[in-house]
Amino acid sequence: MILSADRVGFAYRTGRPALTDVSLDVRAGRNVALVGESGAGKTTLLRLLLGLTRPTSGTIRYDGNPLARGNLRDYRRAVQAVFQDPYSSLDPRQRIGRIVAEPLRGLGLDTDPARVADALDAVGLPADTAGRYPHEFSGGQRQRIAIARAIVGNPRLLLADEPVSALDLTTRVRIVDLLASLCAERDLTILLVSHDLGVVAELCEHTAVLEHGRLVEQGDTASVLGAPSHPYTRKLLSSVPRLP
Amino acid sequence: MTLLTVDGLTIRDASGKTLVEDVSFAVGAGDRVALIGESGSGKSLTSLAMMGLLPPGLTASGQIRLDGADMITAPQGRGQVAAVVFQEPLTALDPLMTAGRQIAAPLRRFQGLRGAALRSAVHDNLAAVRLTDSDRIARSYPHQLSGGQRQRVAIAMALACKPRLLIADEPTTALDVTVQSEILDLLDRVVTEQGTALLFITHDLPVAARVVHDTHVLRDGRIVESGPIARVIAEPSHPYTRTLVDSARRFDTALQRRRP
Repeated sequence: MILSADRVGFAYRTGRPALTDVSLDVRAGRNVALVGESGAGKTTLLRLLLGLTRPTSGTIRYDGNPLARGNLRDYRRAVQAVFQDPYSSLDPRQRIGRIVAEPLRGLGLDTDPARVADALDAVGLPADTAGRYPHEFSGGQRQRIAIARAIVGNPRLLLADEPVSALDLTTRVRIVDLLASLCAERDLTILLVSHDLGVVAELCEHTAVLEHGRLVEQGDTASVLGAPSHPYTRKLLSSVPRLP
Repeated sequence: MTLLTVDGLTIRDASGKTLVEDVSFAVGAGDRVALIGESGSGKSLTSLAMMGLLPPGLTASGQIRLDGADMITAPQGRGQVAAVVFQEPLTALDPLMTAGRQIAAPLRRFQGLRGAALRSAVHDNLAAVRLTDSDRIARSYPHQLSGGQRQRVAIAMALACKPRLLIADEPTTALDVTVQSEILDLLDRVVTEQGTALLFITHDLPVAARVVHDTHVLRDGRIVESGPIARVIAEPSHPYTRTLVDSARRFDTALQRRRP
């Protein structure tokens, strides 16, 4: 077990709870999808899993130990994130080489340019990318850069928040292929936050469905999407536009 | 009868770079046509040019006729012929005006309605987009509504004066998947009920397939393939269309595979 949420709850200072009694396990080699719509609590749960916010109740565990200040260093190295918008997640004033090396600097690791070159190569970008700036790249290429930054320190787990939602369909296919090959080649596991059930079906073995801050259903992707037991999951599935 | 004819539309920027090249298509009364394209395909520029709304610095040549009016040389008078629904209802609606007043504006201007007749027309329009709690919605400001409700208000506003052509520019891209499904059903129903022609602009092939009959596929400013959407999906002839269909098919098949 890499990361787990154990009966986690979270409430903002005002208003009703954003998350109630959420339990979710991420095991090595088994990609997990967190599915739900706006306001379901996906982003809040991701913030808790990233250690950016502490749960109001329940526990987040990394390698079996509760996340707490002071023991975050291993965790930070092992868990990296990729976000939805490739236009706002890269600092426009820095060269790509420096952007990709950022986690290495943050963790006080060796910032050898060879590691940056290796990460860029792993996401299919040429070595001269390192000397250029974000505005020179398309959305799909920027998302590759964000993925290179996430994998440069060889993490075990990638928390990916809608990583392909802002991309064109043809680019989406290529980034999903890239993520699948990184999982296979680098012992990487992905926790994917997505509302796109096609992408979920393609990448993840386990699926958890979040509605109004509660997990209404979770299990093997095949059974959750193939034989959904909760009405909300059925509604999500029937809403997906299909090809004739 | 042809409502909209685009003939040899070419759009260049200030430096002379060609962004849209020799695009031609037509939309007749009651037709449902999609312009499908990815980023940089020129689909949004084409739709802006049709409304005479090209940003400064861009110049259009060729011909765009909307109900006979030339939209390139004299872009005006489109108000009652065509209306647009944009991607992001939060920016398309005026944040300082209640939904009711925004729907009332075109009714007041183009149909001359006032007082009780205007109020009742606003409520009829809200009911037409299946906003049942019409009193509350009419009194609400955009930020007090959900994304789906806002898009319904934007559609009600666009349809208020019964245009003969509705241009929908990525109308569901910013919405959740269940809300998207409801809005597509709604568009399908209202254009059927009112006999409105629909020009649907999107990057999403499966979404287009739900609402249109015919499609044009744009790439790098050119139309690469046209035809009935079912045929284009079943037998794409251009390599780019094939890539697009294969991409959509990948996720569709993945979903299918997970269903025993």
